[in-house]
Amino acid sequence: MTTQPFISINGLSVGYTSRAGKIIRVLRNVSLEISRGESVGLVGESGSGKSTLALAAMGYFKRGLRPLCGDVHFDSVDILALDRDELQAIRGGQLALIPQNSGQSLTPTMRIGQQLTEALRLHSNLESGQFSDRVVELLTQVRLPDPAKLVSRYPHELSGGQQQRVAIAMALAGEPDALLLDEPTTGLDVTTQAHILELLRDLARDRNMAMLYVSHDLGAISRVCDRVVVMYAGEVVLTGSARQVLLAPRHPYAHGLLNSIPRLDQTRMPIALDGRPPMPGEAITGCAFADRCALADNKCLTEAPEMVGLSTGELVRCFKSDMIDRMPVSSRQPSRLNRSDDKTDDTALGLRDVAISYAKDNWLQTFLSPADGGPPATVDNIRISINKGETLGLVGESGSGKSTILKAIAGLISPKRGHIMLHDQTPLTPRVEDRPAVNLRQIQMIFQNPDDSLNPRHTVAQILAQPLQLYFGLSGDALHQASVSMLERVRLGAHYLDRLPSQLSGGEKQRIAIARAFAAEPEIVLCDEVTSALDVSVQAAVLDLLDELKTQQGTTYIFVSHDLAVVKAISDRVAVLYQGRLCEIGPAEAVYTAPFHPYTDVLLGAVLEPDPDVAPKLIADDVVELSPPARGCPFQRRCSRKLGAICDSEMPPARQLRAGHVINCHIPADEL
Amino acid sequence: MLSLLFRRILLGLVTVCIVSLIIFAGVEILPGDACTQYLGEYQADDELLTQCRKDLDLNRPAFDRFAEWAGGAVTGNLGLAVDGKTKISTIVGDRLQNSLLLAFCAMSVGVPLALLLGVITGLWRDRLPDLIASTLAIFAMTIPEFVSATLLILVFSIWLGWLPGIVLTSASAPAAEFFPEILLPMIVLSLVMCAHIMRMVRSSVIEVMASDYVQMATLKGVPYWPTVFRHALPSALLPAINVVALTIAWLLGGVVVIEVVFNYPGLGRLMIDSISDRDLPVVQSIALIVASVYVCVNLAADLLTMLANPKLRTMYMRK
Ligand SMILES: Nc1ncnc2c1ncn2[C@@H]1O[C@H](COP(=O)(O)OP(=O)(O)OP(=O)(O)O)[C@@H](O)[C@H]1O
Ligand code: SF4
Ligand code: SF4
Ligand SMILES: [Mg+2]
Repeated sequence: MTTQPFISINGLSVGYTSRAGKIIRVLRNVSLEISRGESVGLVGESGSGKSTLALAAMGYFKRGLRPLCGDVHFDSVDILALDRDELQAIRGGQLALIPQNSGQSLTPTMRIGQQLTEALRLHSNLESGQFSDRVVELLTQVRLPDPAKLVSRYPHELSGGQQQRVAIAMALAGEPDALLLDEPTTGLDVTTQAHILELLRDLARDRNMAMLYVSHDLGAISRVCDRVVVMYAGEVVLTGSARQVLLAPRHPYAHGLLNSIPRLDQTRMPIALDGRPPMPGEAITGCAFADRCALADNKCLTEAPEMVGLSTGELVRCFKSDMIDRMPVSSRQPSRLNRSDDKTDDTALGLRDVAISYAKDNWLQTFLSPADGGPPATVDNIRISINKGETLGLVGESGSGKSTILKAIAGLISPKRGHIMLHDQTPLTPRVEDRPAVNLRQIQMIFQNPDDSLNPRHTVAQILAQPLQLYFGLSGDALHQASVSMLERVRLGAHYLDRLPSQLSGGEKQRIAIARAFAAEPEIVLCDEVTSALDVSVQAAVLDLLDELKTQQGTTYIFVSHDLAVVKAISDRVAVLYQGRLCEIGPAEAVYTAPFHPYTDVLLGAVLEPDPDVAPKLIADDVVELSPPARGCPFQRRCSRKLGAICDSEMPPARQLRAGHVINCHIPADEL
Repeated sequence: MLSLLFRRILLGLVTVCIVSLIIFAGVEILPGDACTQYLGEYQADDELLTQCRKDLDLNRPAFDRFAEWAGGAVTGNLGLAVDGKTKISTIVGDRLQNSLLLAFCAMSVGVPLALLLGVITGLWRDRLPDLIASTLAIFAMTIPEFVSATLLILVFSIWLGWLPGIVLTSASAPAAEFFPEILLPMIVLSLVMCAHIMRMVRSSVIEVMASDYVQMATLKGVPYWPTVFRHALPSALLPAINVVALTIAWLLGGVVVIEVVFNYPGLGRLMIDSISDRDLPVVQSIALIVASVYVCVNLAADLLTMLANPKLRTMYMRK
């Protein structure tokens, strides 16, 4: 092993020239070293320059960006001095990248096999006759099922987890010595993510690779990284060992970031980090974090802190790193303290044995084999009733039918069987077009991606005016006042009224979407992955806001998320779904503690905590099942505790464990 | 897959039927009919008109006549022109042939050139080749066709004397006799067409070159040109299929101005002439042909797109 670090970035600044001719720096004087066999995590808010830094390590700069000063060395080669051909020889070979979104990073018009063969042709010494064997070998190595068949598939025919594995296989094709990973598991299911991270850990260890792991998921970082680098506004503000940074961060920003993450072992709401980071090019005098920092004083506002080494070994960019322990832990207390008080016994919504199917009834099939009744419904046998003022969390992997249930409640698809009852007495008309206006007002939905749900050509004022005009007939001054008060309730000011969605940050956009939903004064709000597209610190603020609105108005929420910690933080009751069937339902604390349904156990085991000492326990494979089994327990094919034939043929009974805690499983209650 | 094909063809047929109904109905609703037009010059009295209508079978219910017309159209018999002598299929057939010839010539130059320029300007975005070609394209698109046609005639036939500025060949002459007269109208059409397709291809290339997968190909070590040809162009050129299809439809039915300026005997000019002559049967036939071409070309384009796009292809084939 060389003494010189394998990847070494020194005083690198990257920027672009703005339309006004000014040079805007998005990376400011960043240094980073990674040696062989070491994996370094890079964390920070969206826009802090993580991806830019990772790409710079490959000598790649997005269109418009260029290096301003500093240098990048890889294996003692000056990357920035290489010409195009020399760079292309290193990229994908010795130095490989696993991109953030493999779904969009695989070429849609090329088969998986072709794309892998291309990588082999560029970076391996194999004869062309050996390519196809090696491709299958690589796909097997990343544990993809049926690799021989997979090579002729196109990327869109694979699930997200499979695409990610293909991207990993492609990076391994060049037998790399260093891997750069840009959020390789963001957006994947907890189980898939945990399996892919284990795979990466093993590979890094076996091949003695240097890894740079970019993520804003501190749980993932704690699982794979030895060292962590925290970035803020284009600067490195803290580096230290994973244990130091994740357990006792010595920088106020890192401290706030950690506090904003919901944890499985806590029942409190995560604490939001207020404010937003400075935009690139915004004039910064003093510390870039000063206007969000609880410890900031005059010196911080005028003088820029340098990186200093601490006696414990970390490097930190802060004047007051010794005072972190005394940092006030946010003045705002978690708002949900007495949740049993604001719960009533009136039912807000009842799902009565609801079944939903996307498959259209095919008359030919019904005619030929009327007996089998077609494929099993996507969602089946859902019986849940939700009380007024209660938050029900729905969890499950992708494809478990969470969003489908919300869509049925919202009237976007009609249930095949069963009824959805409002207030336990009036069955809702299945289709939204046929519902009376009052029902439409009562049930509002907030979506995952505010970019898709807000019209980009409407100003905030127009967006908020819609429900206010439609349901309350407001206009003129009254409309303006109502809009402003809505904005204030989501903690935005009146000056946002003239903005377009493109002029808002992700968190602000989601707040507008929330304001629009609440402008209708709904009784029930359906939240579909509302924080998944947001940074953790922004997520905490949005969760806090939702909770506060609920306390004020006694709103009922149905909250869907694949993030179990988020669901735990906000929900009173939680329902666990697998393949559109209910596995377990009960009060949040009961569902998150033993006894578990075997599937709940799998899900919780895969959650990654931002703590290097906690390893996930991976019980079941992360295979993707495309359709539920025709009979028996929905989880039969992956269950590690399966009892035998009874699970294949009989619907599991509902076992009542405690008041309101039900587990659907053949295993007797006292053995669960 | 087959059922989709079947459905699309059926849909196309239905569209053509509806269009033909509308055309027929439109002509019915117009005041006057073939007889008032034909006999108008003779200050026809009622008796003559009645006789004429009887001769031309105009007294039968409209639906019967539509059925007969449509039935004839299917077998290629479009009936007689208003003079009651010439077969419409001969007049229209000649003109259709000429229009096809012009369209084919214009396409064979315009489309490859447009694709090439679109790719070049997309790849060298904001650099000299792009600035030149894009500026020219804007000119070609904004200057009215008759102006550019007149300019070209001025330069190439009047000043330089290289090419004939007007078509004198008769409508029924064989294709070869249209050369070199066809060259100038062909150039004008290719220019306009080329500008439209090029701009579309350019923006598509720019979009695809900025996509995650092209960036990934670069970061995987694929050299520049293989990245362009293997990873970018197959996706970037897909949307061109539909634009080319629209252009074909336009070339066959909508280039009246060019045909008039160059005196080219194509469908568009026949349409104008027939309208001013009130030769309604001919107008009906041309409208029907143009509509059918439009439907066919779009159908072909959609099928081609489906075959060329793996996402759509697998969606219909692997089930
Ligand atoms: N091509 C570009 N031209 C100009 N500015 C850019 C360009 N690409 C990124 N930036 C800016 O550079 C900054 C850093 O971006 P970068 O993508 O590195 O952030 P990140 O930390 O990876 O964020 P995320 O977590 O959202 O992926 C951002 O402010 C971004 O707006
Ligand atoms: S330097 Fe001052 S403002 Fe900056 S992080 Fe440290 S205490 Fe906060
Ligand atoms: S019913 Fe059987 S298969 Fe289903 S979860 Fe229980 S033990 Fe596992
Ligand atoms: Mg990024």
